[in-house]
Amino acid sequence: MTDAPLSSAPPADAPLAGPSPADPVADTITLPPVAPAPYADPRHPQGHPGGGSLAGLETRDVSAWFGTRKVLERVSLAMPAGGVTALIGPSGCGKSTYLRILNRMHEMVRGAALAGEVLLDGDDVYRPGRRPAEVRRRIGMVFQRPNPFPAMSIQDNVASGLKLAGIKVSKEERRDLVETSLRRAGLWDEVSTRLHTPGGALSGGQQQRLCIARSLAVSPDILLMDEPCSALDPTSTRRVEETIAELRGRLTIVIVTHNMQQAQRVSQSCAFFLATHDTPGRIVEAGPTEQIFGSPRDQRTSDYVNGRFG
Amino acid sequence: MTTLDLPPVAASGPAGAPAPAAVDPPRPEKRIRIGGVTRDDVLTVAGAATGSLALDWVLYERVLPFSGAFGFLICWYLLFLAGYYLLGRLQWNPMMVRDRLIAVVAWSSGLLVVGLIADQIGYVGSRGWEAAQHLNFFTESMEHTGPLDPLTSGGALNAIVGSLEQLGLATLFAVPLGIAAAVFMSEVGGRLARPVRTLVEAMTALPSIVAGLFILGVVIITFGFEKSGLAASLALTVMMMPIVTRAAEVVIRLVPGTLREASYALGGSQWRTVWNVVLPTARPGLVTAVVLGMARGVGETSPVLLTSGFTSQFNGSPVDGHQVSLPLYIWNYVKQPYDGMIARGFAAGLTLMGVVLILFVTARVLGGRRPGQLTRAQRRRFDREARRQRAAAAGGVARPYALPPRAER
Repeated sequence: MTDAPLSSAPPADAPLAGPSPADPVADTITLPPVAPAPYADPRHPQGHPGGGSLAGLETRDVSAWFGTRKVLERVSLAMPAGGVTALIGPSGCGKSTYLRILNRMHEMVRGAALAGEVLLDGDDVYRPGRRPAEVRRRIGMVFQRPNPFPAMSIQDNVASGLKLAGIKVSKEERRDLVETSLRRAGLWDEVSTRLHTPGGALSGGQQQRLCIARSLAVSPDILLMDEPCSALDPTSTRRVEETIAELRGRLTIVIVTHNMQQAQRVSQSCAFFLATHDTPGRIVEAGPTEQIFGSPRDQRTSDYVNGRFG
Repeated sequence: MTTLDLPPVAASGPAGAPAPAAVDPPRPEKRIRIGGVTRDDVLTVAGAATGSLALDWVLYERVLPFSGAFGFLICWYLLFLAGYYLLGRLQWNPMMVRDRLIAVVAWSSGLLVVGLIADQIGYVGSRGWEAAQHLNFFTESMEHTGPLDPLTSGGALNAIVGSLEQLGLATLFAVPLGIAAAVFMSEVGGRLARPVRTLVEAMTALPSIVAGLFILGVVIITFGFEKSGLAASLALTVMMMPIVTRAAEVVIRLVPGTLREASYALGGSQWRTVWNVVLPTARPGLVTAVVLGMARGVGETSPVLLTSGFTSQFNGSPVDGHQVSLPLYIWNYVKQPYDGMIARGFAAGLTLMGVVLILFVTARVLGGRRPGQLTRAQRRRFDREARRQRAAAAGGVARPYALPPRAER
């Protein structure tokens, strides 16, 4: 159950037809196998409504507007639980907007509107009466530019989610949580001796991993990453990718990237977005990563992933 | 083989490791002088200044029917600019002359401002020192001092204490209100934010006597409270709040939106985002905002003139009885026809400037830290914690890597 690619019954008309689970054998890099069973999230002792400890995410007919301009057209996509889904496509095709719709950050932009359903464990996050803060705690987000809180030290940054969400923990638990989160983000060894120094004093790549650790500290079910490496150098990028690989199977990751190789390296499933000057962004093709990159069914996908446009 | 005129180095010293072919000692580094002022520049300015002074003297004293120091200085400055232009034209091309001329104007404007401030402070200081040099000025009130008593009797303790109390109370009222209003305008927003902002902007230009009249009319006449330090501090609050609000709103707007996004993405509510992220990030600027308000409030005369009442006695209680403050003390004594009283007024002015100076220094110390920089106490605490952790790890009792107990949700 835990490694089921879809958290709930797959919709008949989802474009991700035949969602073959990420096949570790066919992976381009040797990643740890999906869903290491022993990771049972003790933070949710009662489990999710969906049952397993991993939650999947699915959208049905999501459209989005900024003012009167439509930027997304009926996007339906299922993001398998425990896997890494990459959203690729040229700039301005609505990938980031789509990502921000998933954790209700879209609505914070003035004039933004949307339609459709976003199902987290089969439960619509836009259901009336559902608090955005609660949704966002379960669906974490890492932004394009590292944005650690400058007024906080490294450990305060990591633990900031607890404070912001109003979670009370003992000092001991807090320290453990800081260490665990930093270890998972692959930053612990670099900062363990200077946890009290300001987060802004780290390098760009370290700051980004600090942001990842900060998101992990509230133990989200989903982690959204909006071009997390576009402001980083190749070495830092590799470290972040390693972090993503280590997180795989522990939570569901959705990553927007402009880097084809990165999408190929880190993701198991992939969705290609495209917009033209007069049509809003929509998914051209979605499926397992090796299929999108190896044998795309759509000519435009093939052109894009092979660098012939975009 | 070496072309350098340096003391030759023993190429293969018997001691130490064999130097790998580094026989030539590096040429001593000489820093290149970039920019700076040459002798020509200095002499051009000096020549223009001397020449224009001489010409100015001839014009003013012998030719033109004018007199007076002010006109003399203005003419001197204009002649200096003209002379500098001519002298520059002899040496440099027009572009460069224009460049230099603008530099000279900028420099002289800066010097003028510094000179005026120095003059102001120096004048008050020299007039005020006469009374302020006697320590009793800071330890006594005017209760037992007659108009003709020497400066060794009486002082401004009552006014100093009154000023500090009124300022403290006004700050206590104005800062929470002002920051809350700033948060409302910048974070909550909505349809009401614009009229509130317009109102606050209009209030920064509120004539201070009107603030005094408002408190006089509402608190003292309508509600029937007597004139007191509290009433004065309310009037000062009316003056300080718009300034704190404006300055706080500006610095809150400077907090990057990405930090708010990060906070919301972690599941933070708006209130917690403001409290835990926005305000701490903006803290240095907020301190500046508070001090701007305090510096405005401490020197206000007309609001306290109408609301605090005047007394020459010491009154430590802001809630009952009249309470004098430093501006009121100055206003009252400087207009009296006795030299001693005027000297006391100037000494009070000097004290007031000292209070403002202390306020600004405090603000720099409190708010001058970069965002994220920790206070010394915080740093000590973190250091202690780090040492304890290291000691625990060295002692072989490293905690096993474990997931934290989950009791949070």
